[in-house]
Formats: sequence, C-alpha cells, structure tokens
Amino acid sequence: MTTPDMHRPELVCPAGTPSALRTAVDAGADAVYCGLQGPTNARNFPGLNFTAQELRQAVAYAHGRGAKVLLAVNSFPPAGRTAEWKEAVDIGVAAGADAIIVADIGVAQYAARTHPGQRLHLSVQAGASSPEAIRFYCRAFDIKRVVLPRILTVKEISDLHSRIPCEIEAFIFGNIGMMAEGRCSLSSYVTGQSTNMDGVCSPAGDVHYSEDADGALVTKLGQFTIDRFARGESAGYPTVCKGRYCTKAKSGYYAFEEPVSLNLTRLLPDLMRAGVTALKIEGRQRSRAYVKAVVAAFRRAVDAYMAGREPGLDNLLALTEGHRETQGAFRSKAWR
Amino acid sequence: MGTADNVADGRAGLTLGPLLFHWPAETRRDFYFRIADEAAVDTVYLGEVVCSKRAPYFEAHVAEVADRLQAGGKRVVYSTLAEVMSRLDLQVAESVAGAGEVFVEANDASALWFLDGRPHAIGPFVNTYNEDTLAFLAGNNATHVTLPPELPKASVAVLGQAARDLGVTLEVQVYGRVPLALSARCYHARAHGRIKDTCRFVCEEDPDGIDLKTLDGRSFLAVNGIQTLSHPCLNLLHELDGLRGMGIAAFRLSPHSGDMVEVARLFRAVLDGAMTPQEATRRLARTGPDLPFADGFYHGAEGYSWSREPEPAL
Repeated sequence: MTTPDMHRPELVCPAGTPSALRTAVDAGADAVYCGLQGPTNARNFPGLNFTAQELRQAVAYAHGRGAKVLLAVNSFPPAGRTAEWKEAVDIGVAAGADAIIVADIGVAQYAARTHPGQRLHLSVQAGASSPEAIRFYCRAFDIKRVVLPRILTVKEISDLHSRIPCEIEAFIFGNIGMMAEGRCSLSSYVTGQSTNMDGVCSPAGDVHYSEDADGALVTKLGQFTIDRFARGESAGYPTVCKGRYCTKAKSGYYAFEEPVSLNLTRLLPDLMRAGVTALKIEGRQRSRAYVKAVVAAFRRAVDAYMAGREPGLDNLLALTEGHRETQGAFRSKAWR
Repeated sequence: MGTADNVADGRAGLTLGPLLFHWPAETRRDFYFRIADEAAVDTVYLGEVVCSKRAPYFEAHVAEVADRLQAGGKRVVYSTLAEVMSRLDLQVAESVAGAGEVFVEANDASALWFLDGRPHAIGPFVNTYNEDTLAFLAGNNATHVTLPPELPKASVAVLGQAARDLGVTLEVQVYGRVPLALSARCYHARAHGRIKDTCRFVCEEDPDGIDLKTLDGRSFLAVNGIQTLSHPCLNLLHELDGLRGMGIAAFRLSPHSGDMVEVARLFRAVLDGAMTPQEATRRLARTGPDLPFADGFYHGAEGYSWSREPEPAL
C-alpha cells in the first residue's frame, strides 16, 4: 500500500553500450549510467563503453524520452595520467550529461572547479560508508548524491538519510562485490591490471579454463586456481573474491562469498521509505536482453508499489548469477 | 611531523606502521617496549586500523607505550580505522581523529571530517593516486602522506616531484604483507563458521594473518579480520636508493611476528650505505615469518611477483 512517506524513486539502469542505453530507456529507466571507452570508468571491459560522439547521441536519445544520463568517471587516475580523466569530465559536461559520477578526490575537485554548475554524484568507488565521510565529500565538492556501498543494512541507510545533506542511491540488483569498492587491489595483485587505476577487474585475457583428471572444470586467474567445478556444476567466472579456497580451519569453501546476485526486490518498499532517492541496477557488462528484462521488471515493481499493489517478481530469479540470490548486507548484520 | 626535518638534513626516515594484526594486549605492549628501546625507527604509528571491535583491548596500554616510545626518541602518530561504517567504528575514529591533541594519520574520509583541517598525516588506505589528489589533501592541511602500495614507480616519481612543490613529505611501505582489500564482512570469523558479531576474536590466533591457499594448495593470500593481504612479504630493499632519488622521505615497515628490531636494523643499514640490498635481503629472509618476497606493484607487474632471482639456499 502506498504510504505518504514513500517517495517515487528514480530507477537508475546500466548501459554498457549505446544500444543497451536505448533498450534501458525504452524499458522504463528514469536514468541510465555509462562510461567512456578507456580506463576512466570502473567497467573498462572490451566491447563496452561510449565514444564522445556516442555519448552525445545517447544524451539526445534519453533526454528526448524524459530520461537522464549519468556519466561514470569513477576510477582513480595514477599520477602523471590525470589528463585523460579531466578530458572525460569535459566530454561529459559538453555532451549534456545530467551528472558526473566521481570517486577520485583530484577528479572531483577538477570537475567542481572547472564546471561549477555541473551536478556531481559520489561513486560507490569512493567508499564513503559513514555520514561523516559523505559530509566531507559534500562540503568539499558540493556532491548532490552518494551511491552507497553494498554493505549497509536498510536500517543503517535510513539512519544515514537524516544525517547527510545529499540524496542516496542504493544498489538493488546485480553482481555483488564483496570487497569495499575503490579499496581493492586483488585484481592487480593477480594480473597486474588494477580495478582502481585501469577500471579492470579479473580481465578476460588472464582467465584460463581447463579440465582436470576427474573431468572437473578448473578456473584460473593468472597463475592462481580460483575454483573447481565438478561435472554438471554450473561454473562461474574466476573473480578472486568469489573463489573457493582453503585455510587451516576449512577446506574448499567460499572464503569471501558464495557467487550470488543481489536481489532486493522484497526490500524495495523499505528502501523507498528509508529515503533512498535512486535505485541502482548493476550490469553494464550484461546483454541487451538482460537489461531489457531487468529494467522492465523493476519498472513494473516500482510502479506497483507506488500504486499500493504487490508486484510479481519471481521471473527475476532466473536472471541472477548462478540462479542464486541474496539480500546481502541490506537485511541483516548477520551477513557480516 | 619531523620527516620534513629528515628531508632537510638528507636523512631518510624509517617508520613502523600500525600493527595490522590482533595480538594479545601484553604481547603488543611488550613488542612496542622493545621497539622503543632497541629499534632504529624514527616514527611509530599506533592505533587499531582494521577492526573497531579490537580497539578496546590495547587502550589500557596506549599511554605507557607512547611514553616509552617518546622516551626512546621516537615520534608517535595515531592511525585511524581504515573502514568506518558502524556506530562503533565512528566512535573509534572520532576518539582518535577528533582528539585534537595528538598527531593523527587519517585512513578514511570520516577522519578528515573529524580532523576539520588540523594538520595531519594521510595513511595508505586513502586513495592518494595522483598529484591533484595530493594537492587537495595538502590544501586541507595534510603535511605527510603515505602512498597506496599499489602505485607503480612511474607514479611514485611524479608524486615525489609534486610533494616537493607542495611542501608535503611522502612515505611508502617497504616491508611486510601488502594490504589488498577491505570488506564489511569478517573473513577470519567466516573461516571458523562465525560472523563478525560472534567472532570471539578468533583472529588473535594468527599473528601474521591466516594463510589462504588455492584448491591445489598454492599459497595465495592472507586474511586478517575484514582485511585481505598478500601472501608474500613486500621487500623494497633494492629500491630504497631509487625512492630516495624521487624524494620519498620515509619508509614504512609493517609489523610482523618476526624480529622487527632486526628488520629495522637491516633497512637502516641499507639506507645508510652500510650494507648492500643483496646482503640485507639474505638476512631479512631469516627474520621471520617464513614468507617469500614480492615487489610486483612497484614494478607495475602482478603484485605477488618478485622481480629478482630467488636467493640461493644458504
């Protein structure tokens, strides 16, 4: 049932490519987020992301249909290479992006100083997980919205809402990373390709699949075995934080997290009451068909909740990674 | 922070970073007493950086440890938590960064909020990846910055130049397991079938972290509460000269259960030109714990890798 304290949230959807962007807009996204080609955003994968011209066209398409475009410039330029990130900010502003999503302090300051009227969002990659950290960024760079790390409970988000001067965007669906965003060097430890500096996590060129003597599928990243799947078991992509390992206390267990997807469908009303302005769907690396299905399903869900109806959302389970889902940290501290 | 003096007189500073692991309070106190009396370090960072639940355990000893360190001629800097999320985290962060009387190393943005522009140091858990970020932090009254361990040599060189122009001193970690990731979840508790709230401080069993191996038995990572570290031990003995040439003012040893007084002596000897890096590396391997060396991040390679030939067995 609709309650007066429930606000209509903005549905923020992933767009890895121009065609995915059009698909997301057509499926009912209120906003789409995307990145430019190269290391300036945290999804620097082959075949993904936009040229400056594609971004301009994408903004025109979205604006023509009442949707916003948010440009992620949310990796961390290594010293000596900041010009590329500044150019990305300039391209976003010139294209008419509705917000630039920043993480690096230097990039944030450049954007705030060079383009004082431009709306800035603080990326989840900035790892601001407390009211004081968020207020620090708001004061320094006039941040208008923070994308929260996927480690807070709904109760904590609600508490946070009253203690910060900006809007909240929270992840509701998709791949759930275990490590604090923007503070993980596991990819560069194994492959030399850095999530923070190169926008790359577990690059495909370092992934190896092989079959062992028992017919099991062994997945490796660089030189390290990340997991082993018995025949018939569905195999996951070898990301360090989703592998199985051994310690003296336990063998062959998911030391960090089971390979599950985040699905907060059932918590949507709670999040809407907690003061969350925008609901974010992860998955810029996903196919157009995936984007279409997920965006359309969440469009229906949000609209149903706003109209006081219960949405039917079971079809989303089939789209989650490994067909298993979790509410992650959002429901309970026991996750930690 | 006296490292500026070190730069002025050309003497590189050697520092002892905050203890990342959960040692019994008395062990920790006695460790610092020995450092105070015997170790060739100029600065010692105190404070709980990894887990706010651990913080109360050492509180009773902090004052006497700080006194002893200062009596031993060491500067004391207080490091804040790397990840601040819960109410307890915030209380711990504020108790250090908001104190106002001590010199603080900030490890996240909430500490910067509590410091409110007072002079401070920036720790390696803040993402100081480039000269623009460094300039902002200097403008916010940071006087000393320890760089993230992931940065390659080329970027360290650019930052070294920028730091000189900004009047800020820089520090890099040169010894110890390399911090790689932080999480909201405690992986130490998870390894024992528990969660963070019911951990019963099982991390106290592992003075250098719990070794994490791949399914085929290869040493891979180390888990320390909510933190993940490298399996190998960073060793930049061979790079000290180059780092000094780039203007790096201080070199951080991250504490382990081995003989840290000897570790400090070896690094001091190489900095002073009294020992070759080769000889110091041979001796470093005997200080414990028994871990391979790595220097990959500095060379822009895989972080676990080691750019030198393995030393012949002794």
